[in-house]
Amino acid sequence: MISYAFRRVLSAIPIVFLTITVCFFILRLAPGGPFDGERALPVNVLKNLRAHYNLDQPILTQFFLYVGGVLRGDFGPSMVMEDFTVSRLLSIGLPFTLMLGFTAFIVGTIAGLVAGALAAVNQNRWPDYLLVFVVLIPLIIPNFLMANLAQLIFGVYLGWLPVGGYRAGSYINLVMPILILAMPHGARVARLVRGSMIEVLGTNYIRTARSKGLGAALILTRHAIKPALLPVVSYLGPGLSYLLTGSLVVEQIFALPGIGKYFITAALNRDYGLVLGTTILYVFIILALNLIVDVLYAWLDPKVRLN
Amino acid sequence: MAGITGKDTTLTAYADALEREAPKGRSLTQDALRRLFANKAALVSIFLLAAVILIAIFGPYFLPWPYDKIDWTSIRKPPDFSKGHFLGTDQNGRDMAARILQGTQMSLTVAGVATVVSVVIGIAYGAIAGYFGGRIDAAMMRFVDIMYALPYILFVIILVVIFGRSPVLLFVGIGCLEWLTMARIVRGQTLSLKEREFIEAARAGGAKPFAIIFRHIVPNLTGPVVIYATLTVPEIILTESFLSYLGLGVQEPQTSLGTLISFGAPVAEALPWMLFGPALFLVLMLVCFSYIGDGLRDALDPKDR
Repeated sequence: MISYAFRRVLSAIPIVFLTITVCFFILRLAPGGPFDGERALPVNVLKNLRAHYNLDQPILTQFFLYVGGVLRGDFGPSMVMEDFTVSRLLSIGLPFTLMLGFTAFIVGTIAGLVAGALAAVNQNRWPDYLLVFVVLIPLIIPNFLMANLAQLIFGVYLGWLPVGGYRAGSYINLVMPILILAMPHGARVARLVRGSMIEVLGTNYIRTARSKGLGAALILTRHAIKPALLPVVSYLGPGLSYLLTGSLVVEQIFALPGIGKYFITAALNRDYGLVLGTTILYVFIILALNLIVDVLYAWLDPKVRLN
Repeated sequence: MAGITGKDTTLTAYADALEREAPKGRSLTQDALRRLFANKAALVSIFLLAAVILIAIFGPYFLPWPYDKIDWTSIRKPPDFSKGHFLGTDQNGRDMAARILQGTQMSLTVAGVATVVSVVIGIAYGAIAGYFGGRIDAAMMRFVDIMYALPYILFVIILVVIFGRSPVLLFVGIGCLEWLTMARIVRGQTLSLKEREFIEAARAGGAKPFAIIFRHIVPNLTGPVVIYATLTVPEIILTESFLSYLGLGVQEPQTSLGTLISFGAPVAEALPWMLFGPALFLVLMLVCFSYIGDGLRDALDPKDR
């Protein structure tokens, strides 16, 4: 078990390194830069700026300086938001993004489990048809459109919820973003649970349980749920990375202070330092989450870790 | 690299199936296509989608206003048939119907370009990996696995940073990120094709490996490519509208459905037609693609055979 986890961690390290390398060189070799404004800067100002950000060094030196910095937790300065280092910006935004993502993850997973199980138990009756239809909506309509429609309906027409923004402690502002983020995730979980549950309910051992006189609720909780959950567990890893990238658009639309918002702003401003830092952090989080899910899966299913 | 629509799960299963059971009897792909056309929802969606595409291409010639022309007499006006603004006008007095059609055209073009790029790269990569096999295959597929683990949308946004405001380059770039699943499918198909007699005959006749790949293997990949493209196009339409919505995609005066929605959203309270027109078109296309995709998935699922 521990050796399996250890092997998985080892195989993730080159991926992180590869990401850093590729992103660094792509961004440095790209035309245009953060100091290209509408007015050209005076030559000596530009020269000083470039020296300040190490941009006048050979590119390999820059790369090693950067990697060394990252290893010490220093992602360098932000090139557009002066007075801020990338590490500082990320440490402000990260807790918020993680909080948003995990809340949406929990809400979506639970709602999806319940909906999927309900649909499977009532297969080919109206609750099933209704749930299958409802689940289709967040899967088809893109999340930015959903977010806008929700703002319009619940924020503007009905006036039930604030349309955006966040102050520490104003949790009512987070209701809409979390639901929008949770919906596609919940829908995918519901689909998976419905499919695997229907399959499990058709197996022989469930028929045995039924024929020996167990009640429907008991069959469900004691025999059907556990095997039906395996495909869901293997989906949770990719599901979490969908949620993190979904938070990009949700943070942008609802004006929330997470790293997704910084990432988009940085991309619009060509703030290389910040784009690079955010990307590395995202990749790191996603790989770490995938790792946790894999180890969890290996723990649930011994066949995986022996391979 | 996790996509948005989850097509990769379906297609990966298909790639595995191709690798295992393709050589026996009837072709897996023909079988799937025949069952797809038996599916009514998918068939209706195909016709609807064809109608949308035709309207997007030829519709603008029948509209009284071009997409970038300003009508100074009607700015921010709701639909008005007497002036020929069938879906209203935007804040600059441009005809929304014309802009929506141009946006649909742009979204489809972008999706087409990116899909073609990803198909070309995927075929070359997958066929080479599958044909040569052994250590080359293992290394090339290991690379694909690594790429799968990385978040797709982040790299797309980095490409935006690099290519700036050039939509064509950007969508070539998206194509360059989308080929992973295609490569897997083609590799699976190639693995089974290369054992067949006609390849052996070509080899015995002295054909070089690359000639065999491009003359004899690639032409046999039409079916998987069609299926792959059908599932990739909506994914790219979504990616494009997502990027354009964030202000990173197609720029003025050109427009796309995502750009239109992003301009319509902030003013939707006062000018609802600016949001709902493009939103309806986008959702209609995505619904059609979703039903076609579901039909394909059912057709490809070997379970109910």
